[in-house]
Amino acid sequence: MKTFDYVRPSTVVDAIAAAAAPGAAYLAAGTNLLDLMKGGVVSPKRLVDVTRLPGLDRIERLPDGGTRIGALVRNADLAHDSEFAKSYPAVAEALLSGASAQLRNAATVGGNLMQRTRCSYFYDAASACNKRSPGAGCDAREGENRLHAVLGWSDACIATHPSDFCVPLVALDAVVEIEGRDGGREIPVQFFHRLPGDAPERDSVLEPGELIVAVRLPGEARTFAAHARYLKLRERTSYAFAVVSAAACLKIEQGIIKDARLALGGVAAKPWRAREAEDALIGAHPDAAAYRWAAEAALAGAKPSGNNAFKIELAQRIIIRALTLAATGTPARIPALPASPFSSAAGIPHNV
Amino acid sequence: MSFSISLIVNGSPCDVELDDPRVTLLDLLRERLQLTGTKKGCDRGQCGACTVIVDGRRINSCLALAVSHDGADLLTIEGVATGDRLHPVQAAFITHDGLQCGFCTPGQIMSAIGLIQEGHAADDPERVREGMSGNLCRCGAYAGITEAVLDATAAMALTDRRRSA
Ligand SMILES: Cc1cc2nc3c(=O)[nH]c(=O)nc-3n(C[C@H](O)[C@H](O)[C@H](O)COP(=O)(O)OP(=O)(O)OC[C@H]3O[C@@H](n4cnc5c(N)ncnc54)[C@H](O)[C@@H]3O)c2cc1C
Ligand code: SF4
Ligand code: FES
Ligand code: FES
Repeated sequence: MKTFDYVRPSTVVDAIAAAAAPGAAYLAAGTNLLDLMKGGVVSPKRLVDVTRLPGLDRIERLPDGGTRIGALVRNADLAHDSEFAKSYPAVAEALLSGASAQLRNAATVGGNLMQRTRCSYFYDAASACNKRSPGAGCDAREGENRLHAVLGWSDACIATHPSDFCVPLVALDAVVEIEGRDGGREIPVQFFHRLPGDAPERDSVLEPGELIVAVRLPGEARTFAAHARYLKLRERTSYAFAVVSAAACLKIEQGIIKDARLALGGVAAKPWRAREAEDALIGAHPDAAAYRWAAEAALAGAKPSGNNAFKIELAQRIIIRALTLAATGTPARIPALPASPFSSAAGIPHNV
Repeated sequence: MSFSISLIVNGSPCDVELDDPRVTLLDLLRERLQLTGTKKGCDRGQCGACTVIVDGRRINSCLALAVSHDGADLLTIEGVATGDRLHPVQAAFITHDGLQCGFCTPGQIMSAIGLIQEGHAADDPERVREGMSGNLCRCGAYAGITEAVLDATAAMALTDRRRSA
């Protein structure tokens, strides 16, 4: 790890001023940043420690029924806040399916949004990687790429965004609140992360020096609480990133799907909102035919970026399973194995 | 640049002068405070051997910058027994053979103490396994570890009930 200069401002204004220096990076818990620094993937010249900034560690209920989550709220605290988990069960389940209990106790909301890809060539400073050094090339194209993107990738980069938390956030129209030198702005989480195009070094639309201060869920998001699931397929049962994942949220009235939200993880450089699938579901009966149709619509534009055509079929199956379980109803308590496709509700076969 | 930080380590106040901001809590414990019970497995958040309890929460000390934790209260494996009396989790690991080589054990025990305090697993073995998934064991002592955690949870609940009775 290269050395750096360390500052710990006590106000948001001071933090933003301190982060204006070239080569500065914000430090939250450090569970991703320190890892990247140890590997020589990034080498900030200055760390601006945001962990003591006041007022950013609160979960607030808003007058419109929405919820505002401060950027410093720890992943575990959010998932275990019982009011929050009841209102946004798919978000809580996604959080609890990520990383390990130790990491979730440390990791912050802002850091989770900003975590970098887990592409192993990005992590290996000896490999060519356009995201790490623009113009260097992409060793993943001809390398180990079975876990890479099947949607929205470009010739420059085929990496995926690894966050679980962001997937239901995108499905539920969450908004990121940002502060910068020129004041505040907000942007839907859906438009926060970028597809690679020819500039894969830019993961998100956040400008250098801008600080995430909160994430907001609209009041409407809680109207899906009775039928909301997050399912995540992993290469081991726990403590692993998603191969593919899906957040499925439904509103069912008189046996008809009145509204539907669907987003996918592990398939693209951003959490992927599947609008075509949502449109296909609205007005349909909640049955296998509708789920299959929605799954096909969601992956209609998918293309393997390497040795990963299997992920297209797998994503469709995880969508069908997530929709099936969401329609069955949100379990009263988060399942023992959060988001596991193998911990099934009664009467639902494993092999759909 | 040098930084002075104050910590409480296993109940004792401790002032440390850091000549380098890169020091992690793990390296601080092992190399500067000679508390080598906390182990370094991967140094990258992937194994849990470095688990300690900071301000009441279990975290991976390898991915925590010491300077960022100025003022924190740390509990490590060296601080869990009371004199010669083992912590109930330590005792349960021995009773249930929750270890073989022992390298992962301090992390497992600290993680189990954290899990029991969090209170989400109780007597459900599946929830215990899930709650302990951040601690890898190359010797595969998982069956004994799960039994030990379940047993210690029950023993500690009983002691709590007796105390409040
Ligand atoms: C072994 C392992 C397994 C994991 N498994 C999963 C998993 O299964 N699912 C999953 O979703 N995640 C997983 N993670 C990733 C984990 O969720 C992230 O490391 C964590 O959320 C990052 O939060 P942090 O507070 O530690 O951020 P930091 O590491 O401190 O920061 C991460 C990035 O965010 C920036 N940043 C932090 N806060 C702000 C802010 N307020 N404004 C602007 N920028 C900011 C930092 O500058 C840095 O670039 C795993 C991590 C590890 C080490
Ligand atoms: S896929 Fe993207 S992150 Fe991975 S090596 Fe290629 S450019 Fe880098
Ligand atoms: S040494 Fe910290 S998790 Fe492995
Ligand atoms: S006892 Fe050997 S690694 Fe767990």
